[in-house]
Amino acid sequence: MLILHCPYCDLNADETELAGGGEAHIKRPGMDADDTAFETYLFSRKNPRGPHFERWRHANGCGKWFHAARCTQTLEVFGTYPAQTLEPPADIIAKIRKRHPDWQSDTEVKVAS
Amino acid sequence: MKRYSAFAIAREAFRYHTGWERAWRSPEPKSRYDVVIVGAGGHGLATAYYLGKNFGITNVAVLEKGWLGGGNTGRNTTIIRSNYLQDPSAAIYEKARGLYETLSQDLNMNVMFSPRGVLMLAQTEHEVRGYKRTAQANAYQGVDTEFVSPERVQELCPILDIGGPRYPVLGALWQPRGGTARHDAVAWGYARACSDMGMDIIQKCEVTGITQSGGKVTGVQTTRGDIACGKLGIVVAGHSGQLAEMAGFRLPIESVALQAMVSEPIKPCMDVVVMANSVHGYMSQSDKGEMVIGGGTDIYNNYTQRGSFNHIEETVRSLIEIFPIVSRLKMLRQWGGIVDMTGDRSPIISPTPLGGCFINCGWGTGGFKAIPGSGWAMADMIARDAPGPLAAAFSLDRFAEGRFIDESVAAGVAH
Ligand SMILES: Cc1cc2nc3c(=O)[nH]c(=O)nc-3n(C[C@H](O)[C@H](O)[C@H](O)COP(=O)(O)OP(=O)(O)OC[C@H]3O[C@@H](n4cnc5c(N)ncnc54)[C@H](O)[C@@H]3O)c2cc1C
Ligand SMILES: [Zn+2]
Repeated sequence: MLILHCPYCDLNADETELAGGGEAHIKRPGMDADDTAFETYLFSRKNPRGPHFERWRHANGCGKWFHAARCTQTLEVFGTYPAQTLEPPADIIAKIRKRHPDWQSDTEVKVAS
Repeated sequence: MKRYSAFAIAREAFRYHTGWERAWRSPEPKSRYDVVIVGAGGHGLATAYYLGKNFGITNVAVLEKGWLGGGNTGRNTTIIRSNYLQDPSAAIYEKARGLYETLSQDLNMNVMFSPRGVLMLAQTEHEVRGYKRTAQANAYQGVDTEFVSPERVQELCPILDIGGPRYPVLGALWQPRGGTARHDAVAWGYARACSDMGMDIIQKCEVTGITQSGGKVTGVQTTRGDIACGKLGIVVAGHSGQLAEMAGFRLPIESVALQAMVSEPIKPCMDVVVMANSVHGYMSQSDKGEMVIGGGTDIYNNYTQRGSFNHIEETVRSLIEIFPIVSRLKMLRQWGGIVDMTGDRSPIISPTPLGGCFINCGWGTGGFKAIPGSGWAMADMIARDAPGPLAAAFSLDRFAEGRFIDESVAAGVAH
């Protein structure tokens, strides 16, 4: 069972206490953005096999949103942090790097040619 | 290929079964194919099969990173039905169901299609209204379904407790020609027929990169060397996001675990499939006597083919509520598969931003039933370079255009 640390309650919560909110750090484009940007914002997802940043809600607890960094391939949890954080914190990035030296925080899609 | 028949069994019985040949060849990859399909699940193999059968395109390879049929095709609970709500869904699922009716003869492999009937229980007023609406839509679409009374439900499935404490059964959507089939045999049957047409099915061959030039696909990099291709079909279910990334685009898909389990075998007690979406569980009995059980998906992205324990508990709890007799059954096996979920719970069968590269994915929790129809539509699109009538509505641009094919009710519980 997945166990995440709620940064507000400062306790470990079982997944039965939590509700998933999907990919984190998605930025809403501004008013002048084109259709493609909006489509990407609304629908396109990284869905990575490996380290992933997600939104979670401590639904059956304090009810607040927080972020989690988790590996979808090993289910290892790298850490959680408050929802008001715009980018993954440096200590969490460092933890991920230690495990996955080749991992890129850069979210750009790579294309082989 | 030696044909399977009653005569073949008799012949082999006389020589201690020494004459059976391998069902498909295991060739070394060639350096180039007209069409490369990634993923030897049911959908990938069916695509290859109909490319050969309907269009005479046989210079085809199907690349599989594990063993063929080892993905969701070999992990599902084999429910086949076509009682969806929207017209494009009814068209492709009913095409598939129709093809299943004669698939054993077509492939010369017994896929054990058993149109035993599927009951989708209505246990809330909301579901009653929803399923009556579906039955009406199905009537217009030419899909044979009917909304039946609780008494008829009890008649069809005596082991059901229709008076349930929380959610009494108020009726059901009944599709008499829905049912089950043997999932492995479906994959094996298509593989054998493809191999017989001269196609190469290459197992233990993982695609690790997609090469392109001038906006067109030129081939794939694999763990068994580079393979050039004229056209590429990506049919990898839960791994679609990874392959899309290799091809340079992203998908509206999240990959999550879906679990199932089977009990010890017991005497025949149930000859229909029952799905209970309100309590989140479904059950059928296999020909071996095992009760085949499934429930809802997990709530987080996962590639491990293992699910969460609390979902097993949730599924079992809800089944005991509607089938009290299962309370003392022992479970034999439990497993998970990685399902590719779209927001509108409908699949994607589409050209992609990369020229010559087509994708078939997003079948999520319910694509086994669609294998023949999906392969048919995908082959048509690859052969003609454009989606045909079955596939057109399921294109990727439906998200940008807001043309969702909302099947969240029909797909209520994972199946
Ligand atoms: C527990 C469970 C129960 C289900 N119950 C039902 C049901 O009752 N009825 C129903 O209709 N549907 C059901 N489904 C859904 C159904 O199983 C799937 O929709 C369907 O099998 C998908 O088939 P596929 O061929 O697209 O994918 P898969 O069978 O998963 O095949 C994809 C293949 O691609 C391969 N692959 C992935 N990445 C690569 C790579 N890089 N290189 C090479 N190969 C690669 C994989 O190894 C895999 O073999 C269920 C699913 C699960 C998990
Ligand atoms: Zn909390």
